[in-house]
Amino acid sequence: MAKPIRIKDHLNEAGIVQRRIILAVLFILLLSGGLLARMFWLQVVQYEHHSTLSENNRVHVQPIPPSRGRIYDRNGVVLAENRPSFSLNITRERVPDLDATVTLVKELLELGDEDIEQLKRRLDQRRRPFEAVPVMFNLTEDQIARIAVNQFRLPGIEVQASFVRHYPQAEHFAHAVGYVGRINEREMERIDRVAYAGTHYIGKTGVERFYEDLLHGKVGYEEVETNARGRVLRVLKRTEPESGKDLTLHLDSRLQAVAEEALGARRGAIVAIEPQTGGVLAYVSQPSFDPNLFVTGISHKDYGALRDSIDQPLFNRVLRGHYPPGSTIKQIVALAGLEYGVTTRTARVYDPGFYQLPNNSHKYRNWNRYGDGWVDMKLAMARSNDTYFYDLAHKLGIDRMHEFMSQFGLGSRVSLDMFEESAGLMPSREWKRASRRQPWYPGETLITGIGQGYMLTTPLQLAHSTALIANRGVWKRPRLLAHADGVAPQETDTPPDVKLKNPDDWDFIIDTMEEVMHGERGTSRAAALGAPYRIAGKTGTAQVVAIAQGARYDSAALQERHRDHALYVGFAPADDPKIAVAVMVENGESGGRVAAPVARTLFDAWLLPEPDPEPEEDAPAEEDAAP
Amino acid sequence: MKPLSGISPPNPRGLRRDPLWMRLHVDPWLLLLILVLATVAGFVLYSASSKNMGMVYRQGAHYAIGLAVMLFIAQLQPRLMERWLPPAYILSVLLLMAVLVVGTEAKGAQRWLRIPGVITFQPSEIMKLVMPMSVAWYLGRREMPPRFRHVCICLLIIFVPVVLILKQPDLGTTLLIAASGFFGLLLAGLRWRYILGALVLLVPGAVAMWFFVMHAYQKQRVLTLLNPESDPLGAGWNIIQSKAAIGSGGVFGKGWLQGTQSHLDFLPEGHTDFIIAVLAEEFGLVGVSLLMLVYLLVIARGLFITHHAQDAFSKLLAGSVTLTFFVYVFVNIGMVSGLLPVVGVPLPLISYGGTSLITLLAGFGILMSVHTHRKWMSQG
Repeated sequence: MAKPIRIKDHLNEAGIVQRRIILAVLFILLLSGGLLARMFWLQVVQYEHHSTLSENNRVHVQPIPPSRGRIYDRNGVVLAENRPSFSLNITRERVPDLDATVTLVKELLELGDEDIEQLKRRLDQRRRPFEAVPVMFNLTEDQIARIAVNQFRLPGIEVQASFVRHYPQAEHFAHAVGYVGRINEREMERIDRVAYAGTHYIGKTGVERFYEDLLHGKVGYEEVETNARGRVLRVLKRTEPESGKDLTLHLDSRLQAVAEEALGARRGAIVAIEPQTGGVLAYVSQPSFDPNLFVTGISHKDYGALRDSIDQPLFNRVLRGHYPPGSTIKQIVALAGLEYGVTTRTARVYDPGFYQLPNNSHKYRNWNRYGDGWVDMKLAMARSNDTYFYDLAHKLGIDRMHEFMSQFGLGSRVSLDMFEESAGLMPSREWKRASRRQPWYPGETLITGIGQGYMLTTPLQLAHSTALIANRGVWKRPRLLAHADGVAPQETDTPPDVKLKNPDDWDFIIDTMEEVMHGERGTSRAAALGAPYRIAGKTGTAQVVAIAQGARYDSAALQERHRDHALYVGFAPADDPKIAVAVMVENGESGGRVAAPVARTLFDAWLLPEPDPEPEEDAPAEEDAAP
Repeated sequence: MKPLSGISPPNPRGLRRDPLWMRLHVDPWLLLLILVLATVAGFVLYSASSKNMGMVYRQGAHYAIGLAVMLFIAQLQPRLMERWLPPAYILSVLLLMAVLVVGTEAKGAQRWLRIPGVITFQPSEIMKLVMPMSVAWYLGRREMPPRFRHVCICLLIIFVPVVLILKQPDLGTTLLIAASGFFGLLLAGLRWRYILGALVLLVPGAVAMWFFVMHAYQKQRVLTLLNPESDPLGAGWNIIQSKAAIGSGGVFGKGWLQGTQSHLDFLPEGHTDFIIAVLAEEFGLVGVSLLMLVYLLVIARGLFITHHAQDAFSKLLAGSVTLTFFVYVFVNIGMVSGLLPVVGVPLPLISYGGTSLITLLAGFGILMSVHTHRKWMSQG
């Protein structure tokens, strides 16, 4: 070692430590003096104050719950508000004999055993000492009067006015807006108990759940002095609660009503998106339910009826409905074909009514079993020709299809602010190996090319992928929230825009989609009849039950619930898209005949200044019945 | 310094043998003060627990275990501790890491390590003893005041466990362990320019963190910590109640078992971290002052031992253990009386609870060991 060896100087070190000890002693005396001074302040100077507080009074802190933010649609129509309601509160510490009091309440209000059980359950919830617990909600005036008259026999019981969530639109926005409900034990573990002191409701689904933090607000409190019997003597300090933010959604209740009316009594889903902003204009999942039932606690009977209904009204079809997209993804497959150069705009394929892989006898059938003859891309789109797309899918292969179609959000969660969106499924070799431990078969590539097989999409994904084409590849994640008190939602994790090698292909593919609507052989031209604007769209029909080889599709013989789902996606006006729509009608059989007219009603309602009368429906429609 | 082993030490007081306490390695002054505090603890706990004798017995048992640990540690030579230190430090850090990975969660924090069927313990408690030893070990064999490079390495020794414990999260223990490390540095004569430099860097650093790094909710938590009364439903609840309890005690207190605030469920944690409020309510300013006096005597004895310790390791170790004891007292009384943020630090030797009591008594074992293993040598 080159460094000189340092010799420790013990005497000097002892001196250093000694000096520091002296310093420490000074600090300790100073700080101890500070503590004693604090005690002197509390116990001598402020003695009177504290001793009064403690003698015959008690200091209590009472939470003041914030009022929950309201929810509006884009025109200021109220979707969720707070209504005053009276609740029965019990403060256990002030009830001398709990059982006797509960029995008395039961007699006075003529309650059943089930009500009393629920009341006792609520009473057992965790709370701080001397906190009043609401055990009954929505008291009637009669009940309030009975309690008031007998108040002297009911120490520790009080009637309190509070606000309860109300959804004036009832079932119309149940799936989009969601609902609040009583905070349950599981949520108790998750939330900040302090922030929710005094709050008894929490968002359970939908916007109410996703934007819980914004809607809830900040708890206020009151420091009060009470006497031994619990009467508030004076308020020592009060901090006002901070109301939750009011939310304005992109939703348009007028368009929503039009959409629901167009869907009629059928089961299905409709999503309308404004492509420029990604704002969801209409969000229909039918049948629906009345969210008001859930707010103060739904009865077992009502819940059972909703849960067990064969129509599944509680099921959010928009976000979680998994449907094969059928032909509504053919425009994306066609784009993939152009992008990877496996075909051209004009290359033709001969359709004898079916397609066969080399060295394989299995026939993959076109929906038109007589065949369309020679078809190019535009005609294939207009006719929704399956043979053309079997061939194209075969040329692309599953890997390229998976890569390209994933960029459109298929197989992933696309929404910005929707609670519990499902990702659907965009199959791939890896997926099949991992989930089924099987290799990928070439035939599966073919049926993926017409949106069948393993592929599953949600109506929201279909609407979004359509809006993406309307935007020529620019991603705008679908969102419900326009702004919260003027603050727009933050854009997060926006996937990269879809960039084509030849950007003209966007215009070409939109042309082919216009051909579907306005071309003389288009599958959906009946739905576009008389429209003063151009529509770009695609119909689809998704098979619910697999058809055996060689058998023919016969809808009459099939149970109603085994009929094909009718699908439609489209946007308008084609040259300046203002609205993109996806329609899914469960067991609707025909995309062109059933789903497309629904979308047309939405286009008219949104684009035309005055709502036009219903488009004529008696014109013969050439239907799209691709498997 | 060459050890004087092998040579019988010259005894300045003639040929009499060492006194009994020296041979038993017990410091009678410290032992006496500890027993005084144990007695106080028994009385206050009886009142704080609403006359629950079982709790008093349990705490008595904790004391018995703690004193046994103390006596055992007092028998060990400081030199032995020094020799085992590097592996002990590494092992303690590994245990702290293990806590974060496989620890048992309770009340939102992950502090316990369970070896099934054998033992459940808090590795951070071990670190409370290992930390002052590590710093003393590292700085004791280097020149004083420490050079810049040594200060840096020393900071590393301190920060690794501190960060691990902060992640559990356990703010109180983090504070105590960090303090015990820094006291070693300060006692070793850390130069003023480093101390001032750190302060100069710390202030703008904290300001920058506040404005550019922290999220709104994190700021809110810091604000609540600094001013618990802004959150009277959560952290502030205890403070409002404990202040009322302390204040209503007055000069002479309401008398033993006569406290009202503490007996009506108003004071949560009345027998653990907030026990001083019970004492202050029932024994008043006089009681609190007497308790402070006992604490100051303990600290005085600790500093006396530090002063008489013979080598750098012992001096730094004894000094930082003693000063950390003061941090317990100051932070606990400060937080209960609303002067300081509420972090979980118990009132030493009085609060109910076995874990921290045993660790504290083990610390006194270290002081006793340092004091009773001195060699006779000529003082210059």
